[in-house]
Amino acid sequence: MYFGLNEDQNMLQDSVRRYLETASELENVRGFAEGDNALADELQNGLMELGVPFVLMPEELNGEKLGGLGMGVLEAALIQEQLGRHVAPSGFTAAYGMAVIGLTRAGDSEWLSRIASGEVVMGVGLTEATGGREGAGLTLNGDKVSGRATFVMGAETATHFLLTTGEQLIIVERGASGVSETALTMIDKTRHAVTLDLDGANASLVAGNNHADAQAKMIDGGRVLLAADTLGAAEMMLEKAVDYAKDREQFNRPIGSFQAVKHMCAEMAAKLEPCRALVWYAAYAQDNVPDEAALTSRLAKSHLSDVGKFVARTSTEVHGGMGFTDLLGLHYWFKRIGSNRQLLGGPQTVREEAAKLQGYVS
Amino acid sequence: MDLNFTQEYEDFRAEVRQFLDDHKDAAPSQGDRSVRSEKRIAWQKTLLQHGYAARTHPKQYGGFGAAPDALKARIIAEEFSRAKMPGGMSGQGINMLVPTLLELGTEEQKQKYIQPTLEGTMVWCQGYSEPGAGSDLASLRTSAVVDGDDFVINGQKIWTSTAQFADMMFCLVRTEPEAKKHHGISYILIDMKTPGIEVRPLMTMTGFAEFNEVFFTDVRVPVTSIVGNRGEGWMVANATLTHERGMLGDPDAALSRLGAVAEMMQQEHVDGVSLMDNQVFRDRLLQLQAEAYAMKMNGMRLTTAASEKKSAGMAGLLVKLQGCELNHQIAELAIDVMGEYGMLLHDSPFSRDKGFWQTAYMFDLGLIIGGGSAQIQKNIISERGLGLPREPKPAPNSFKAN
Repeated sequence: MYFGLNEDQNMLQDSVRRYLETASELENVRGFAEGDNALADELQNGLMELGVPFVLMPEELNGEKLGGLGMGVLEAALIQEQLGRHVAPSGFTAAYGMAVIGLTRAGDSEWLSRIASGEVVMGVGLTEATGGREGAGLTLNGDKVSGRATFVMGAETATHFLLTTGEQLIIVERGASGVSETALTMIDKTRHAVTLDLDGANASLVAGNNHADAQAKMIDGGRVLLAADTLGAAEMMLEKAVDYAKDREQFNRPIGSFQAVKHMCAEMAAKLEPCRALVWYAAYAQDNVPDEAALTSRLAKSHLSDVGKFVARTSTEVHGGMGFTDLLGLHYWFKRIGSNRQLLGGPQTVREEAAKLQGYVS
Repeated sequence: MDLNFTQEYEDFRAEVRQFLDDHKDAAPSQGDRSVRSEKRIAWQKTLLQHGYAARTHPKQYGGFGAAPDALKARIIAEEFSRAKMPGGMSGQGINMLVPTLLELGTEEQKQKYIQPTLEGTMVWCQGYSEPGAGSDLASLRTSAVVDGDDFVINGQKIWTSTAQFADMMFCLVRTEPEAKKHHGISYILIDMKTPGIEVRPLMTMTGFAEFNEVFFTDVRVPVTSIVGNRGEGWMVANATLTHERGMLGDPDAALSRLGAVAEMMQQEHVDGVSLMDNQVFRDRLLQLQAEAYAMKMNGMRLTTAASEKKSAGMAGLLVKLQGCELNHQIAELAIDVMGEYGMLLHDSPFSRDKGFWQTAYMFDLGLIIGGGSAQIQKNIISERGLGLPREPKPAPNSFKAN
């Protein structure tokens, strides 16, 4: 038994961290937030060069060579943690996390190979399956799809969208006839999300018959990745708070020497550190402990939502008035944690699903 | 990450299961905490023989002499808990004194004290806290003055659990009143039958006397009773405090307690509706479940770190703070689930689980305060774990001038 990361996993995480430290520094994130899409494109290319999009991609499927690394959700979560840490505007969660999980599970080597070649970048819209509002829902009629998909993720770089009708997974091309797109103005400006209104758009059906299973795996995996993103973002907020508390002086001493302030930091650390083990386990379970995959994904998503929220507000408070300004940019992390909380189901929704899984709901 | 155990460990697990199966009738009940019960002492002896107690303690002092192996230790704990059979005895003698003696005791002290302590026939209590020395333990004032071949001890200790049964006390006393506070303390071993010792039970909010006060009036113990040198007691005691922090907060215990609350929620009905069908209660249950899972996984991480002889850093520092708080909140939920019946004392008609949850709720609050209060834990986490500066000491007597 070994509960921890191996050397390869540490190296993978370090290489992504080193890349993002420069590529996704605050000024670049700010540029993206102010409407310049350059950073998202740059990250898309940079991460491609690091091999990040191939992490979950199988080496081969149905005899077709895809050239992926065939790693697990744990490795994807380690990458996602770094993306959260650097509030990086990247469609990774949707494009190389959820979409690859779903298409692999469904056995669709054709779309996977188009993703592997870089020709296709997938956005994902499954909101209807995790709590549809505002008339969300798609209907497939032959190979034409109509209806509305909300909060479609990965719109930063998507060329195509992987969507659900409830029973079936389909793919539509971005900008194709009958695909109209409304950009949503998110408070979290490190992410783009769109609502799609489809009117008889061409739809390709994902291969295979067991779409319900593929969709469930996408949601489980996606939630683990969002939990990992929050872990990374919260860990950065804690570090920033600690650094600030060591540096900032009032009453002739560092504010971090006041128990009122140091206890806030201790509480953040004490709540956050066990989350790391929970995220590792939930991610590992996706590929290795089938009985616990669905449950631990929900526990990790809901718990990280709550601990993340606590860290986000507490770190802001430790920074005092500066934490509230735009100058420091701390709010990018605060808002990222806030959107991770709601995407693919808020904590109450997700916990209720976990209760059902365990037979607690009659 | 690899959560599978290799064949060597699976074989070891099978061996433990076989032992437990063969010895079902010899085990005392899990809740039996009575000191000096013959059945418990006999069980402890059996466990020592098979290496399920004092597993890594040296053979020459009555241990089993196995190499430290955190995975085997975990397997033993898991299997005993699954079989609902009590594992080896714990307590301040075994958990705190024995490691201290092994590290810092004289050969004579090791020979005399370790084996009977491990066998459960010699019971110890800890004399650290005083009415004026709690979180600031080093300000303790119980004095020991050398007179001929003896220390003469005067003063008072408090929060001394098991003092009423104990044969011996390991105790911190001030031997060098002129030295700075941390450098004037010595660690001595006191026979509780020595004249001049008075033990008074200390009734707590739970309705039980889990603790005692111990008074010393001209108590004479030989100067050879000291562990380490005079004035080094603080260092000697800190070796054991580390052991105490590691001892508290068992993550598997939290999940199994939570399982019991879930069962209760299914059984308790209000106007014919089970409490599990109340979404507010259900959400609280699931919140705690996520946290208990996180603590369990954190514990697995610590096991791996221990098996590699590495420090787990922050993951270890937080266990006492978070573990005690989690248990307290689980008991709080259980009491809310019982509603009015949650107010009942253990011996009342209609009480649930013999009052376990009410006692746990209060006792767990005691654990949050004891053994290094939550606020002291937060100081440790922020200073040792996060590197934040210590609070400056106030200038002495700065407000007393006139």
